[in-house]
Amino acid sequence: MVTPAAVALEGIGKRFGDGPGAVLALTGIDLTVAAGEFVALIGPSGCGKSTLLRIIANLIEPTEGSVLVNGKPASRARLDQDYGIAFQSAGLLEWRTVQGNVELPLGLHGVGKAQRRAQALELLDLVGLADFAEHRPSQLSGGMQQRVAIARALARRPALLLMDEPFGALDEMTRERMQSELIRICAETSAAVVFVTHSIPEAVFLSQRVVVMSPRPGRITEIVDVPLGARDEDVREAEPFFAAITDVREALRGRGRAPVAEEGPA
Amino acid sequence: MRTQAVWAGRIFKGVWPPIIFGVGFLLVWEWFVEVRDIKPFVLPKPSAIFEQLRLQHDSILTAARITGENALVGLAVGLVVGVVAALLASRVRPFDEMLTPLAAGMAAIPIVALTPIFNTMFASTSSTPRRLVVAIYVFFPIFVNTLRGLRQIDPVHAELMRSYAASPWTTTKVVRLPGALPFFFTGLKIASSGAVIAAIVSEYFGGLQKGLGPAITSAAAASAYPRAWAIVTAAIGLGLVFYIAAVLAERLAMPWQRPQGELS
Amino acid sequence: MLLLALVLLAALWELYKLVIPADGVRVGDALILPRSDDTSMPHLSQIFGAFGKQEVAGASGTVLSSVISAVWYSLRLAAAGFAVGVVVGFMLALAMQRLRIVERALLPYVVLSQTVPLIALAPLVYGWSGNLNLFGLDWKPWMSVSVISAYLAFFPVAVGALRGLSSPPPVQTELLRCYAASWWQTLVRLRLPASVPYLIPALKLAAAAAVVGAIVAEISIGLPGGIGRLIITYAQQATGDPSRVYAPIVGAAVMGLVAVGGISLLDVALRRFHTHQEGTW
Repeated sequence: MVTPAAVALEGIGKRFGDGPGAVLALTGIDLTVAAGEFVALIGPSGCGKSTLLRIIANLIEPTEGSVLVNGKPASRARLDQDYGIAFQSAGLLEWRTVQGNVELPLGLHGVGKAQRRAQALELLDLVGLADFAEHRPSQLSGGMQQRVAIARALARRPALLLMDEPFGALDEMTRERMQSELIRICAETSAAVVFVTHSIPEAVFLSQRVVVMSPRPGRITEIVDVPLGARDEDVREAEPFFAAITDVREALRGRGRAPVAEEGPA
Repeated sequence: MRTQAVWAGRIFKGVWPPIIFGVGFLLVWEWFVEVRDIKPFVLPKPSAIFEQLRLQHDSILTAARITGENALVGLAVGLVVGVVAALLASRVRPFDEMLTPLAAGMAAIPIVALTPIFNTMFASTSSTPRRLVVAIYVFFPIFVNTLRGLRQIDPVHAELMRSYAASPWTTTKVVRLPGALPFFFTGLKIASSGAVIAAIVSEYFGGLQKGLGPAITSAAAASAYPRAWAIVTAAIGLGLVFYIAAVLAERLAMPWQRPQGELS
Repeated sequence: MLLLALVLLAALWELYKLVIPADGVRVGDALILPRSDDTSMPHLSQIFGAFGKQEVAGASGTVLSSVISAVWYSLRLAAAGFAVGVVVGFMLALAMQRLRIVERALLPYVVLSQTVPLIALAPLVYGWSGNLNLFGLDWKPWMSVSVISAYLAFFPVAVGALRGLSSPPPVQTELLRCYAASWWQTLVRLRLPASVPYLIPALKLAAAAAVVGAIVAEISIGLPGGIGRLIITYAQQATGDPSRVYAPIVGAAVMGLVAVGGISLLDVALRRFHTHQEGTW
């Protein structure tokens, strides 16, 4: 039995609105994410990366093309709860405890009370927040709330994790810490990840392939391989890391185009 | 330990200006009436008012209980109907389109003026007209605020629930209803003090002569002004009791809103 | 849709009269649904007809003309009270915005005053008339009514104005400090325009409150000529002509709508301060 690709996009296009005022957000998107693979989507504002993520999540319908998640149509995958999603703001329900928030997807799909508790505690342990199970979201910092959101996204042990700039609102030090945490968590759960980000170092550190997109209309310009091996803290200071960053940066700027001349002394 | 001291200090700091002002105000009032020899029908002394409160407290309490009962019954009825209407309006568009402009219009109308109509509809010896007026008065802030709360939903929560393939009813139960609670309590705080106000005012429109409103008018008519002011003070106290009860209910129902300090 | 709602209500009224027994519905001893006979619940046609009837048999003037003149009378009293309340409320808000200590001392009372039945003071204020001489002006009964209106109008204005004046975010107040703008300039150029979206709803509340205050004050004082007194008079005549009491009540409703509607016109005039601008600083 061949494991189906986590995500298979073919000819995806998305138009918002009709007639002359219509906005073509995405066009001609082909992308395959293998099971267990970590892929980043990066591009300037307006390139449609968040839209693309939402199409995979079946929160938006594409105007053209097909989406297969785990070998099924995206709508089926959503109904079967084959993926977990984390947004830029943690979106925790302030009236539930941390544990209650992680239990949310479990409770919604009929998992019994005792089992819910056990699974939620296990997940909180995985993200390092087991001690905070009884706290309220308002008592947690931004980084901690995002960790709870990630634990919640993993609640149903999905084969695919979709993340829309989850660390965007955090400061740089917390961001780097969270990135390492995420690597560790993904290693333990072997889920595939599609990760939308603005940050080149983040995309390079986390993923095996970086999908570079360009705006108006959004399309994939290039897919950059990031062969950095195991990702630990030392990787951030090693030469190959910087080389990969430069690689992605140049892809973003469009290779072969003349660089913008700098003013003043070099 | 230290945080408790800081916390206590903060409360004290917030509380002393109004208390100093209040006490000072009463003292100046007392002195002013004394020095300028103001007649009681204009403004009695605070000391005279307190005296009457002490002397008449039985009859005042009885009147307060009657008015309070009317306010409570009307509040309960208006609350239930208001919440049910808000739930209906949030799900059934035509209902919403009919009721919301009606609510906006009724906000401009003196609802207590309806009391005489109810007095004729029911027996004028019944308390129902007043309770009905209170219920109608209470209905509108509850309806408007609860509906607003039910309608607004954090977009992140909406997307999350869609990603869970949750049904509309599940989304309402899990996200909209708890999210609407702060709005409901805003309405409740307005409605609870409003219930007392409506109860007293409706008493001025004839009907049964028990309750705080008629007690004030008869005391004024008998030129017993310190007594009248004492009853007014009791009325103010009743309004405060209802308001504080609503605030307490809010704290109890939404424990997550209490600020407990942040960790990192 | 509002029209549909009113039509439905009218239909409900007549349906009720058709279906419910004349004595109403009792549960135990208490009458929980009202009586439906023509004395308690006149037909809608009778209610509309009441407007056209002669007020007093033989004398000139229909019910409608009495209601109109009473509404006009009360509206002027409410307007006077409203004006005083708005001015005093706004002054207080300015003082509270300028001096934090004033805000801390007074705001709790202002907030609490919205929760307490100040209207209970109405009969007491009446006692001033005929016996009080303020600044050389004899206290007339109608002034008591306007004072009550002012009382009720004052508090929404004070709270709304304070919130509005305090609403500009630090990024805007700090900008004006960089320009060495005085408190007065900041007031006129920043705080006042910023307070418009808060003032308008507060003024609507105050207008409605002034109307209620005027009507209730008139009733507890028994002031002749006002709509409040008219309601009571017709209510007392209810056994003779039950549909008559609806007329002044409709008049009172119209009065409230006119008052709030007037503020809405002001709202339209001040439109340009309303649009929420996403500033780029």
